[in-house]
Amino acid sequence: MLRIENVTKYFGGLTALEDLSFSVEAGSITGVIGPNGAGKTTLFNIVTGLYTQTSGEVYLDEKRISFFTPEVLAGFGLVRTFQNVELFGQMTVLENVMVGLHTKSNSGIISCMFRLPHQIKEEKAIKEKAMHWLEFTGLTDLAEITADNLPFGKGRILEISRALAVEPRIILMDEPAAGLNSRETIQIAALIKRIRESGITIVLVEHDMELVMDICDSIIVLNLGKKLACGTPRQIQENPAVVAAYLGEG
Amino acid sequence: MTKEKREIIIFLVFTLAVLITPFFLQGSYFLNVLVFIGINTMLAVALNLLLGYAGQISLGHAAFFGLGAYISGIFTTTLGLDPWFALVIAAIASSGLAFIIGFPILKLKGHYLAMATLGFGIIMYIVFNETVGVTGGPSGFSGIPNIHIGSLVFDNDQSNYYLIWIITLIVMLLSINLSQSRIGRALRAIHNSEVAARVMGVNARILKVQIFTVSALISAVAGSLYAHTMTFISPASFGFNFSIELVTMVIIGGLGSIYGSFLGAAILTVLPEFLRVLQDFDIIVYGLMLIIMTMYMPGGLIGGLQRIAEFAGSKISKKGGSNA
Repeated sequence: MLRIENVTKYFGGLTALEDLSFSVEAGSITGVIGPNGAGKTTLFNIVTGLYTQTSGEVYLDEKRISFFTPEVLAGFGLVRTFQNVELFGQMTVLENVMVGLHTKSNSGIISCMFRLPHQIKEEKAIKEKAMHWLEFTGLTDLAEITADNLPFGKGRILEISRALAVEPRIILMDEPAAGLNSRETIQIAALIKRIRESGITIVLVEHDMELVMDICDSIIVLNLGKKLACGTPRQIQENPAVVAAYLGEG
Repeated sequence: MTKEKREIIIFLVFTLAVLITPFFLQGSYFLNVLVFIGINTMLAVALNLLLGYAGQISLGHAAFFGLGAYISGIFTTTLGLDPWFALVIAAIASSGLAFIIGFPILKLKGHYLAMATLGFGIIMYIVFNETVGVTGGPSGFSGIPNIHIGSLVFDNDQSNYYLIWIITLIVMLLSINLSQSRIGRALRAIHNSEVAARVMGVNARILKVQIFTVSALISAVAGSLYAHTMTFISPASFGFNFSIELVTMVIIGGLGSIYGSFLGAAILTVLPEFLRVLQDFDIIVYGLMLIIMTMYMPGGLIGGLQRIAEFAGSKISKKGGSNA
């Protein structure tokens, strides 16, 4: 589904990622873990087109998507969420999700100004679909609330709802459980599993090991920009190199 | 659906108020002020699309207004074209220029964008001032013909009022439509978080240029109408001060509110009449207003009114609840 080949990223003299390769299987939940500064978020930024890599390639299915911009990637069904929840704060919950349907609609600036028949029909469809996604994630009751006024946990769910509205084939989630209490974490875990069941591939960066071990099919461990290990949760837990990286050697 | 219906009712009431106002006014002074409010409303709405919705500053918008006015003036007077035709040319040329400079300029963010648009405004002002052979230079350009439809010539206050305000209403309606569409939401998304908007598939770069172009087009139409109703134009009306005045209108009225732009335009048009006693110190009052608004009413007057209405509404519903 998603393949990273020999990706390297330098920030000036600093090596953020070094010769990283791995692939993500369609329909799986893949976890990317590693200590702070391991290069996890850099990896996400490269895959989603926010950063450009120094060298190496990224493939979506067999298509080379290195150096594509985020807006083009959204059209291909690759979307992400952010570590520090990036909502459209002054817009309502419903409107946030409606923006997610941008690639699924095509009325231009002129047909929007003149409310041409096609645009009116499309607008109705956008709203219906957005309501569908709010229902899927359980935010229907909050549809008219301004996003800035949402509790943090609901904000995270809204971000996922918005990403789902793009009808992606793959979602990259950057620490979906960060800042959530245990009850909210359980809810997020259940939601992520439900998303996978609907056929969407998921890659997530996460520090909550319990969550990672519970929901991931495979795990990639990064340390200092390099791949330290990969495998099933069980294999990772038993890998001495991983234990050493997390707990310190000696 | 109810929200949409409410929008329609508000617009119809506003339109009705605009159409019947002249019947309650005596003399040409007030009508004249209202014509200016109409023109300024168009300009404020145009800038609001850019500043209030897309979140992109322009400190040179008076230049598009001036460009529209001068193109219309020159094409009708020097070349003898029909005013309507000149208006269309003004709109196309102005938006064409915006489209071309939009690509490099709108890559900039924040202060840099402010400086670039400021520079553009100053350059255009110098052009209006210095190309004496074409624009008449600092002494202005006079003898611009009135607009006419067949034998109906818009040469008195009453007819000018209806000409300006019908077009202003159209501009407002189109802008309201736009703000409630996928494009309007995408613009606000860019304003809130450009990176998230892009990840959602919004082509921020193209969309910013598009709205900049539309904004310049509306400003040029306002400029053209201004030229044909005043019949005299001079560079002083299209300088840096006026660009700042436009930004003040948008912020005082309320960023991202079309009716707010009307309110801001109305206040900034009428206020100078009252501030005449202060002579050149009137700019201090504008400055104070801006500071107070941004500190205590970030939503502008419209935002403030809405908050008051909501507060009153919640009081009333509470009372109703306790009675029941």
